[in-house]
Amino acid sequence: MIVADRKPFDEIMGMIESCERILLVGCNECVTVCAAGGAKEVALLASQIRMKRKAEGRPVEVDEKTLERQCDPEYVNPLAETLEGYDAVLSIACGCGVQLIAETCRGLRVLPGLNTRFMGVTEEHGMWAERCQGCGDCVLDRTGGICPVTRCAKSIMNGPCGGSQNGECELRQDTPCAWQLIIDRLKASGELSRYGEIAKPRDWSTSRDGGPRKRIREDMRI
Amino acid sequence: MTAPGNLERVLTSGGFAVTAECGPPRGADPELIRKKGGYLKGFVDAVNVTDNQTAVVRMSSMASCLILKEMGFDPVLQMTVRDRSRIALQSDILGAAALGIRNILCLSGDHQSFGDHPGAKNVYDIDSIQFIDMARAMRDEGRLSSGAEITVRPEIFIGCVENPFADPFDIRALRLAKKIGAGARFVQTQCVFNVEKFTRWMEMVRDLGLHEKAHILAGITPMKSPGMARYMKNSVPGMDVPDHLVERMASVPKEGHREEGVAICLETIERVRAIEGVAGIHIMAIEWEEIVPDIVRRAGLETRP
Repeated sequence: MIVADRKPFDEIMGMIESCERILLVGCNECVTVCAAGGAKEVALLASQIRMKRKAEGRPVEVDEKTLERQCDPEYVNPLAETLEGYDAVLSIACGCGVQLIAETCRGLRVLPGLNTRFMGVTEEHGMWAERCQGCGDCVLDRTGGICPVTRCAKSIMNGPCGGSQNGECELRQDTPCAWQLIIDRLKASGELSRYGEIAKPRDWSTSRDGGPRKRIREDMRI
Repeated sequence: MTAPGNLERVLTSGGFAVTAECGPPRGADPELIRKKGGYLKGFVDAVNVTDNQTAVVRMSSMASCLILKEMGFDPVLQMTVRDRSRIALQSDILGAAALGIRNILCLSGDHQSFGDHPGAKNVYDIDSIQFIDMARAMRDEGRLSSGAEITVRPEIFIGCVENPFADPFDIRALRLAKKIGAGARFVQTQCVFNVEKFTRWMEMVRDLGLHEKAHILAGITPMKSPGMARYMKNSVPGMDVPDHLVERMASVPKEGHREEGVAICLETIERVRAIEGVAGIHIMAIEWEEIVPDIVRRAGLETRP
């Protein structure tokens, strides 16, 4: 899923400083699961904004809405018809959702209420961690199912670097060294001999280095 | 082919090599490099210049190497893959070779979060092993990473680093084997304080026959104070300073700290010299380059081949 964090409240208040009526839009997908931008968070943030502005003597009208998916025109297009009278749309979806609303609802300010962080998994209740950078050329078959591009701070393909200590990355004590994990997995599956192969330089053109990416399935297009 | 550089000459002739590290200044003053070079003159076979070490901005390694070369040194250009893509790395190899800089040391580099620009974007287009292989192909096959032909090949002596004290310990010699397989012909290790662990690592290195394929120089760092010992032990990633050395540094009065640090360093040199397969030492006297002649002289290594 895409994991996000709510922006600091003061930053959000700064964005809507001049607004008198806004629409706060959440998303029912990833950001609901990571408790950053679902219906619950929409209700909470809307109340906080109203209370703060009321206390300042400049009340703001905040309408609430949570779309099934903010990254899908099927749900965003109908929204565009209902925006009459709003000064801005404050989206608490990931950056994809914010941008699709901006593309769809032209002429209206669209503001991000979240900082989109990463593609990841739920590690524990209330804890999410990055697992994939969408590099476009998956190597997990060769690395014991652990992604060195994402999980090694230096994206080393022939690791570990000299900073790996006690199973942890040199950057932070609570971050496992990806290459320690890879080697442990290769040992467990009897594949350690693969460690001797030198992984060649990657072709990063499939990653964001190749420019904005697009996927087209001609057979599905209408 | 022109004659090999001094470091390659010393190592291939079987001499026990002495190299030292020179940290460039955080400024544009060439005199600071010349001053540090002045301390080392006549005591070392080559001088390494660090590449924005610990991700702190310093004068470029390439420029500093040229200043040292003009002083008559055989410089070792340290190059990290942190800040440059394969395009810039290859360009710099060609540039270094054109300037007569013969030795290239290929490293990953410390992550920028440790340095003075933690908000910087890193590159890590290729890793240090891929970098070694790329440099070797430029020299031996006369081609760039893209496959394009090079008009005049760079005549370079390629080195790498290895940290025997990082984890997982049991693959540390295997990782060195990859670097040597990629083309590294000299190796400078992380600072050796834990000689027992270094000795065990060298056993694994010999088991793989790596000491016969590349020249291994043990990293040596004199400690200035118990504070420095503790800092290296606790705060520098991949550094292994045993407790007994920290205690030993702390056990002498303040005015004796530096002498104790040098004494530990001399004992370490003596012990690593006795290990089969150690071809030299690399002295990293951090912001204390002036102590190098003293160390070299007292270690009985002042007659350079």
